[in-house]
Amino acid sequence: MNTIFFLLRQTLTFSIPLLVVALGGMFSERSGVVNIALEGIMVFGAFTSILFINIVQDTMSGQLLLLLAILIAGLAGILISLLHAYASINMKANQVISGTAINLLTPAVAVYVARMIQNVQQINFNNTFRIPHVPVLGKIPGLGDVLFKDAYITTYLGIAILIVSAIVLYKTKFGLRLRACGEHPHAADSVGINVYKIRYAGVMLSGMLGGIGGLIFVIPTSTNFNATVAGYGFLALAVLIFGQWKPMRIFFASLFFGLMKTIAATYSSIPFLLNLGVPNTIFKMTPFVATLIVLAFTSKKSQAPKASGVPYDKSIH
Amino acid sequence: MKLTDRIKNMNFSFLSSVIAIIIGLLFGLVILLISNPAQAMGGFSTILTGAFRDMRSIGRVMYFATPIILTGLSVGFAFKTGLFNIGASGQFILGAFGAVIVGIKLPQLGSVHWVVALLAAAILGGLWALLPGILKAYANVHEVISSIMMNYIGMYLVNYLVLNTVYDRLRNQSMGVAKSAVIPKMGLDKIFPRSNVNAGFFIAILAVIVIYIILNRTSFGFELKAVGYNRDASKYAGINEKRSIILSMVIAGALAGLGGGLLYLAGTGKYIEVVDILAAEGFTGISVALLGLSNPIGILFAGLFIGYITVGGDYMQLYDFAPEIIDIIVASIIYFSAFSLIVKNVIDRRRMKLGGGKVQ
Repeated sequence: MNTIFFLLRQTLTFSIPLLVVALGGMFSERSGVVNIALEGIMVFGAFTSILFINIVQDTMSGQLLLLLAILIAGLAGILISLLHAYASINMKANQVISGTAINLLTPAVAVYVARMIQNVQQINFNNTFRIPHVPVLGKIPGLGDVLFKDAYITTYLGIAILIVSAIVLYKTKFGLRLRACGEHPHAADSVGINVYKIRYAGVMLSGMLGGIGGLIFVIPTSTNFNATVAGYGFLALAVLIFGQWKPMRIFFASLFFGLMKTIAATYSSIPFLLNLGVPNTIFKMTPFVATLIVLAFTSKKSQAPKASGVPYDKSIH
Repeated sequence: MKLTDRIKNMNFSFLSSVIAIIIGLLFGLVILLISNPAQAMGGFSTILTGAFRDMRSIGRVMYFATPIILTGLSVGFAFKTGLFNIGASGQFILGAFGAVIVGIKLPQLGSVHWVVALLAAAILGGLWALLPGILKAYANVHEVISSIMMNYIGMYLVNYLVLNTVYDRLRNQSMGVAKSAVIPKMGLDKIFPRSNVNAGFFIAILAVIVIYIILNRTSFGFELKAVGYNRDASKYAGINEKRSIILSMVIAGALAGLGGGLLYLAGTGKYIEVVDILAAEGFTGISVALLGLSNPIGILFAGLFIGYITVGGDYMQLYDFAPEIIDIIVASIIYFSAFSLIVKNVIDRRRMKLGGGKVQ
């Protein structure tokens, strides 16, 4: 039983950053801006906030520090996403090119700055954020073992972000406008919605969630940051597509991808999986193969926002 | 389009790349000034002049440029035919594996060994682009997304294949290839001593010429480009547009795969490392293609340019600067070059309005 609880906890650890970043991507794409810069945004968010932790950890620790770091990661993500927003919205540049530039830029900045400040590119931090046992809730059998033991507040934050995102997207005026700009910006414009502003908001949300996602990917899985988030940004892009740009489906997609990651990472220590004789590689590949299959069967009548990737220009009809 | 217009257009394109390069370099200079004002100017001039220090450095520029000219051609060729090949990384590593496995397992091929190994590289690279091509042609799957998935699948697959076929357990990498599989130097090692440059550079130039001819001088290339401009109109004109899309992807993949072969058969101590990291050359190829405006000749020079500042950047450590400043400069050049395309469009549109003529 303990193995299963461990696996489920591990799955959550891998899933939550995917969930958060994919939700970020959802806001950007549903506003009409393709964002393949998620990887780069994650790197920048993680880099900035972990550098912050590294600097202040002698005077501060625990949950307060983590919350501050999350705030900084979000702000850093917004900052870097503005580059993408400016290029894609104001300059009407090719959004894939702008995204690629950011993906190239941020790891280089992370290594460069780290090496200029402390000579090595790895930034170390003390993990003082793990909660061994949440009082009361940790005693619930089953659920308590999975959700409230060896936990991080980032797990609860991720679930909160999911709920808020679903409400914002479907139940608020802003969400309706956002979706309209991604489907038919001219129609949105004709009823007085400022398409540029809404798209800026969409991209900045993806920046904020991408930045936070970078931090909460690194915190539970490592004690240093080495200028990479190991392809998680691209994996989140796959989650977004697998989840067909819808919050709840994105949640389940991230759980599925997280489970595959977990199996790939831990399978050598679990006799049951080892005995199956399936190579590790298969589990690592599965999320990407599954996404390809979903794409193959859904793209003819794609759920993707119709205007996603198309710069909006008022003067062209 | 009239010839004079064409020249004007080319001049403008060239100018927009140069402007992006200048802005990118200035951005780099600003970063150097912020991080260490006293050494910034010295460091900056090293970036610009380091590659011309000696013959060895010039040779290293050519050595660095060789694989990224190929991945640049791959991305650029796809661009010309209306496709964004972000999957050069996966195709590159598949090609590398093709070259390495032939290079190790078939030494009996003798003097044509390296040629066959390079062919294997191109074939595997092409195969790796086949699926995104088919998905695009038949299921309308955007090639950017499918190629991103193929990058990761390819990386994991090659790691798995290396582990099970040509694995060097001690060093966690592929074994070395046979001597007969190493690309000959053709005297380049005499002109540029200790620089690793080899005949692969000539193969890169040959690829540039071939792709230039295909795109600009054959009806086959014209068809591919036509499908890129307007899929429906091409279909109406009798072009088999599905076949064209698939062929474009496969040729792009073969180019990237060949690039992988050229790097890993250079005989310079390059082995396929079994790590979960995508091959950077594929993404550098995007930079090269954008900087070279997808024109094969432009790509040749863009590849050399990136090789040139990379070699310059290597000498930056003498000045206590991290060489990653080069990556920052290249990324900002790409970012700004995305803008300059827009400036061009604005000018074109204005010209169109004024002249009432058609653009391109």
